[in-house]
Amino acid sequence: MKLHLLEHRHAQLNTIIHRAPAELKLGGGLVLIALTVLIPATIPGWLAFAFTFLALVIAVSRIPPMFLLKRLLLLAPFVLGVVALNAFRPEHRAQWPWLMGRSTVCLLTVILVSNTTPFCEVLRVLRRIRMPALLITTMALMHRYLFVLVDEAQRMSRARASRTFIVGRRWQWPVLATVAGQLFIRASERAERIYAAMCARGFK
Amino acid sequence: MHIPDGFIDGKTTVTTAALAVAGVGLALRQVRRTLPARHIPMLGLSAAFLFAAQMLNFPVVAGTSGHLIGGVLVAAVLGPSAAVVVVTTVLIVQCFLFQDGGVLALGANVFNMAILGAGGGWMVYRGIQAVLPGPRGRLTALAFAGWISTVLAAASCAGQLAWSDKVEWRAAFTAMVGVHLLIGLGEGVISALIFAAIQRTRPELMQSTEPTCTGHRWREFVRYGLMVSVGMALFVAPFACPWPDGLEAVAEKLGFAQAATKPMLPALAPDYAFPGIHSAPLATAVAGVIGAIFVFLLALLLARVLIPNRSAPVSAANSRP
Repeated sequence: MKLHLLEHRHAQLNTIIHRAPAELKLGGGLVLIALTVLIPATIPGWLAFAFTFLALVIAVSRIPPMFLLKRLLLLAPFVLGVVALNAFRPEHRAQWPWLMGRSTVCLLTVILVSNTTPFCEVLRVLRRIRMPALLITTMALMHRYLFVLVDEAQRMSRARASRTFIVGRRWQWPVLATVAGQLFIRASERAERIYAAMCARGFK
Repeated sequence: MHIPDGFIDGKTTVTTAALAVAGVGLALRQVRRTLPARHIPMLGLSAAFLFAAQMLNFPVVAGTSGHLIGGVLVAAVLGPSAAVVVVTTVLIVQCFLFQDGGVLALGANVFNMAILGAGGGWMVYRGIQAVLPGPRGRLTALAFAGWISTVLAAASCAGQLAWSDKVEWRAAFTAMVGVHLLIGLGEGVISALIFAAIQRTRPELMQSTEPTCTGHRWREFVRYGLMVSVGMALFVAPFACPWPDGLEAVAEKLGFAQAATKPMLPALAPDYAFPGIHSAPLATAVAGVIGAIFVFLLALLLARVLIPNRSAPVSAANSRP
């Protein structure tokens, strides 16, 4: 479902934005998002400034604009839903363009940061700002085994599909749940092996 | 249900972030104290599992499909504090890698889905299990808690959006909770099916991980109870109390809200109005309770279907050696 989003990542390019320290990118992104969210709607110049700045970053980092556009469209449903709910409040109608612009700036910022910064760099920064070690270990393990487990889930569904020619409507959910349950069992067996490997390498 | 950036304002951001930091901090402390070291990798692997399991689409009708959310499932296997840590991790990684949910809205999302969803769902799960012991009771509790946790998170999300003055409370509540009453049914059924599948193949897996939090149960109950009530008091109660009778008018104005209201009301209470009950909030509460009882009966039925009565075949096998 979401896996294809990971396949075209542009973290491998080597531009000045990609080489910039992760602290700078994460901090800058956070400041930009915070300002965009918190600045009241009475300063319309801010959005124009933010868009110009982001356009500059996109140009320098050589991330294809079409890729960014696709990502933005994928993330639009929630924004459109809230806008639709707002459609029934005539007095708030003037808010929409502002709301749309604001959320687009925030989304673009996160997309740019995540496509120019490797995840391990992010974890390093989080460790530096004293995030609890347990949370960082969990995040690192999740990121490491995410792809392994997604592959495993796809292999299992393929194997299941090749063994059942026709699945009756009635049995679809139990069969899928068995696949998911098996995936959990394999994940927990893998966790035991990982713990043994961690201990062998001097964990704790 | 992931709130993007720009949809909640300063005060909501700060409040939810403070609540989320407090809740996750307590959960981390609890996990460090009670989870044996050999289960530490299990946290990361459970987070990866939740993510991978969300790729399995359960077909519903006409091309739509649902997937596991999983907070309550993980809480049932690893305990509530571990589940809060796992779901928080999933949300952080989703926010950064997939831009699912905003950076400043992370506090709100963690509060809704990890603390209310997994922690609050676990309370319901344990509460029902105390009344209905045994494997069947466990499945009933899991299915019902899965439903409750989804609805709880949706209500809190609607409250946060309304508190930020981004949507109107009644429209947001009807749309969000209405839709999630149905999504919650799917979540309950999927969680129970997966739990039953794990229990069938590896029953010892549940026993090896579950008792890690014994002895601290009442403390966790108090903690998550406090968290859930603070959340409800802040995000839902201020709007729900002066519940106006204009609900019908608004629902009529919004064509879709009318459709969304329908599943929220059981057939017995079509207009929130019971004979003899004139106060709107009371009628809403009664409708909610009847809906919950209805779902609970469905959960009981599901557990009965999943764990058939084996006493007959066993006695037959014994009598024919």
